[in-house]
Amino acid sequence: MGKTIFDKIWDKHVVKIIEDGPSVVYIDKHLIHEVTSPQAFSGIEKRGAPLFRPAQIVATADHNVPTLHQELPIKDALSKFQVDTLIDNCKKHGVELYGLGHPYQGIVHVIGPELGLTQPGMTIVCGDSHTSTHGAFGAIAFGIGTSEVEMVFAAQCIMQSKPKLMRINIDGALKNGVVSKDIILYIIAQISASGATGYFVEYAGSAIRALSMEARMTICNMSIEMGARGGMIAPDQTTYDYIQGRMFAPKGAAWEQKLAAWKQLYTDADAKFDMEINIVAKDIDPMITYGTNPGMGLSIQGTLPTIESFDDVTEKQNYEKALKYMGLTAGQTLLGMPVQNVFIGSCTNSRIEDFRLVASIIKGKQKHPGIKTLIVPGSQEVAKQIKAEGLDKIFEAAGVEIRQAGCSACLGMNEDKIPAGEYCISTSNRNFEGRQGAGARTLLASPLTAAAALLTGKITDIREILN
Amino acid sequence: MQSLQKITSRFIPLRIENVDTDQIIPARFLKATTKDGFGKNLFRDWRYENDDEAQPKTDFVLNQKQYAGEILVAAKNFGCGSSREHAAWSLQDYGFKVVVSSFFADIFKNNALNNGVLPVTVTDAFLQQIFAVGAKDTLTVDLEKQTITIDASGATEKFDINSYKKTCLLNGYDDIDYLLSMKTEIEAYEKANQS
Ligand code: SF4
Repeated sequence: MGKTIFDKIWDKHVVKIIEDGPSVVYIDKHLIHEVTSPQAFSGIEKRGAPLFRPAQIVATADHNVPTLHQELPIKDALSKFQVDTLIDNCKKHGVELYGLGHPYQGIVHVIGPELGLTQPGMTIVCGDSHTSTHGAFGAIAFGIGTSEVEMVFAAQCIMQSKPKLMRINIDGALKNGVVSKDIILYIIAQISASGATGYFVEYAGSAIRALSMEARMTICNMSIEMGARGGMIAPDQTTYDYIQGRMFAPKGAAWEQKLAAWKQLYTDADAKFDMEINIVAKDIDPMITYGTNPGMGLSIQGTLPTIESFDDVTEKQNYEKALKYMGLTAGQTLLGMPVQNVFIGSCTNSRIEDFRLVASIIKGKQKHPGIKTLIVPGSQEVAKQIKAEGLDKIFEAAGVEIRQAGCSACLGMNEDKIPAGEYCISTSNRNFEGRQGAGARTLLASPLTAAAALLTGKITDIREILN
Repeated sequence: MQSLQKITSRFIPLRIENVDTDQIIPARFLKATTKDGFGKNLFRDWRYENDDEAQPKTDFVLNQKQYAGEILVAAKNFGCGSSREHAAWSLQDYGFKVVVSSFFADIFKNNALNNGVLPVTVTDAFLQQIFAVGAKDTLTVDLEKQTITIDASGATEKFDINSYKKTCLLNGYDDIDYLLSMKTEIEAYEKANQS
């Protein structure tokens, strides 16, 4: 029987299979950040063990950093202490750090691919659930907890049971105004926030093949939002073209050798999956979420479910709880509802292509006066490119400020938060209660839908602007 | 890590689905650099009005005097969202030794096991039976036998756990001890696979 791309990479990285237990899996690349690493560093120090392979680790500071005046010391004392602790730990243990002020600094899942650290066939982990992003390159990449960060420090391995495998095929051409964020929000709305728990997902089909690397990353990024361990896409010419020439990409003879190996990374025609889902691209509309988990999403033209449509008592209660938190009514439509905030950023949608998309919509127009914005590039490199392409001028002319790289309002941890009770159209990945700040109401959508709201001050079908 | 064999305890019923780790421990409490003291911020925003410990929300189970115990029972898909292990630390620090649900998110399950908190997956029907019993009733979780019992009725269900993790938990070992003992094999793997 044939092998899936997942099997091919997994099998090559299993050091040992423990009988009726997990496998010991070798990790090629370990990314770390300030929030989930300090306890792992102190753990390993307590054991008196050195870091086993520090050269395979790369660190950055992203969650706690301000997105204005990064040249000044961080104001919040605890955030500053956590970032300083990372600096100390990296120095002490010989780990490469791209911290604040470094030209490579940025959200960990944006800089890995951008620097060419992320490559096909690798196993990649990070103490962050959106590590699944790197799967867009045909790598096995997934988030781990701090105990596992300590395991990788100690032995460059983690203990994992092999997940079940799911393939999601998306075929055909997308409708106008529909982008990769809509594809993944559509899939999660179809299968629910727990629909892929226990699985590792391969995305395939002609609609996926037609996507850029940035767009593929957006899809793999949100795999975790349906419970999947991770998501991946087999590499192809688009992948190789993206990697070639990047800072840490293989060069010369090494490139040719790697390329030959990468070309073997595909799912064999006769390979079997534990579950397979087929989606027709033209069924997908611009999407938006209305609830407090990413599975509570619908077409921008749609109406919220009625209370009666839930049979299960717990589900009904949960839906009512979400409506109450969001200040919405069952059966209503979202179109035309005023919003107060637009956040464009996060490891889901803060890459150069996202800024190009937004710029194409707002060019020559003005921001709606009622809208507050947080427009945050994913990395210093993206910020630099925005300037190089003159996109900053377009934003400036529209009355919109571009901030400095970091996680920003994706999670209520740094200075950027959404005020309680206000709505925010957000290109990030989670709409949990309080995720963007206590009481904040998050509506997840694509950069295009966010750009539309930025101009109109309300929830708008982007196709009205495009047509 | 603390070992865990068998416990009999009352439980706290949390009838909420898709409890994500942002609710278990909100992001603003992730700035610590040690593992201590997370229990007091467990479910912080569901527990207190205006983030004020003087204003407990009376409709939240942790604030209701009739409930107590070392077992948390939650509706399906517990622990979804962020991979923060702080969620497991806060449950453990608060005093929970077992979390029961009909469905757990993957990363959370691993994190809990790595911190001596046992996730017990039961069927939907059994979960409903637990929710139906009184606040004074106890549950018994026996890791050796892999069973969970509603003591009042004697209703019992078996749960799954792989034998490696079970041995670790029964004895209080952790994975890092195991991996550190495997160094030579890992080095041999590296030699054979260096490309
Ligand atoms: S941008 Fe948001 S989801 Fe991504 S790593 Fe940062 S906090 Fe996590």
